[in-house]
Amino acid sequence: MSNIPTISSTITASFLASLVEVVEAFTIILAVGLTRGWRPAFAGTILALVVLAAIVIVLGPLLGLVPVEWLRLAIGTLLILFGLRWLRKAILRAAGFIPLHDEEAAFASETSLLKQQAADRRADYLAGLAAFKAVLLEGIEVVFIVIAVGAGRGLIVYAGLGALAACALVVVVGLFVHRPLSRVPENTLKFIVGLMLSSFGIFWMGEGLGAEWPGQDWSLVGIFAVFAITALALVRVLRGYSAPSARVASS
Amino acid sequence: MTVIRAAIGELVGMFIDDGALALAAAILIGLVAVGVKSAGLPPLAGALVLLAGCLLILIESAHRAARKRRG
Repeated sequence: MSNIPTISSTITASFLASLVEVVEAFTIILAVGLTRGWRPAFAGTILALVVLAAIVIVLGPLLGLVPVEWLRLAIGTLLILFGLRWLRKAILRAAGFIPLHDEEAAFASETSLLKQQAADRRADYLAGLAAFKAVLLEGIEVVFIVIAVGAGRGLIVYAGLGALAACALVVVVGLFVHRPLSRVPENTLKFIVGLMLSSFGIFWMGEGLGAEWPGQDWSLVGIFAVFAITALALVRVLRGYSAPSARVASS
Repeated sequence: MTVIRAAIGELVGMFIDDGALALAAAILIGLVAVGVKSAGLPPLAGALVLLAGCLLILIESAHRAARKRRG
């Protein structure tokens, strides 16, 4: 039975992970809206949301056909791969070996491309396609995150709420700010999400294998702490490796 | 078609960035699963091996990437 630590960590992981993806999609939609107009921006966005809803409606019921143990093993495996990937990159960014993701640069790049296409008679279509692709691709990641953090324990509704809250927050802030959300501490969020998803993956793999974690759901906190200590120590060690000239800005 | 290819690429890219990390993690998971299901390894011990193994894989992958970028 799920309790407070599981529910709250599910909502938090889904919210934070979705926040990162939605911010990236928002940057493209904003670029399209401000450069080409809001009609192609909204058209592309709505179409992508329809496609995503169709994917969820078609694939969602299939999850119920999979035995829970197999589901936990499969989702645990995917979560470990996904979580380690995010965590590895976040560690390398924090240590200065990879540049931080720059929403302003992404916005400028997309705006420049759209302006180049302005003379094309399919300019509106291309702009709408850019918005469609951005929402679809980032949306696929959000759908996976919601399923991965929620399906193993029947917490998809909570995970979905976390993702919806992230979408709502970005939309509300974006409406006020009307520029790329470059002040979002993206690498910090990715670091935390990488820790959470890796921890979830280990926890559910363990449950899928039949392990009875000491303290049950509270052991998630312990797994998270072990990952966090290791990751932070690794950042510290790696920072000592990089030459000053090779360093890029780190968070 | 381009959008579908991009979507598939995005899906694959979600899980595999460093091929060696993904392969090592997949092998570790497979070995632990076999150990628990077929070789009598206690499930909790298997889960702890998985945790330790993933940490080692993460450390190795990050070190390797840092060495490569340092030149």
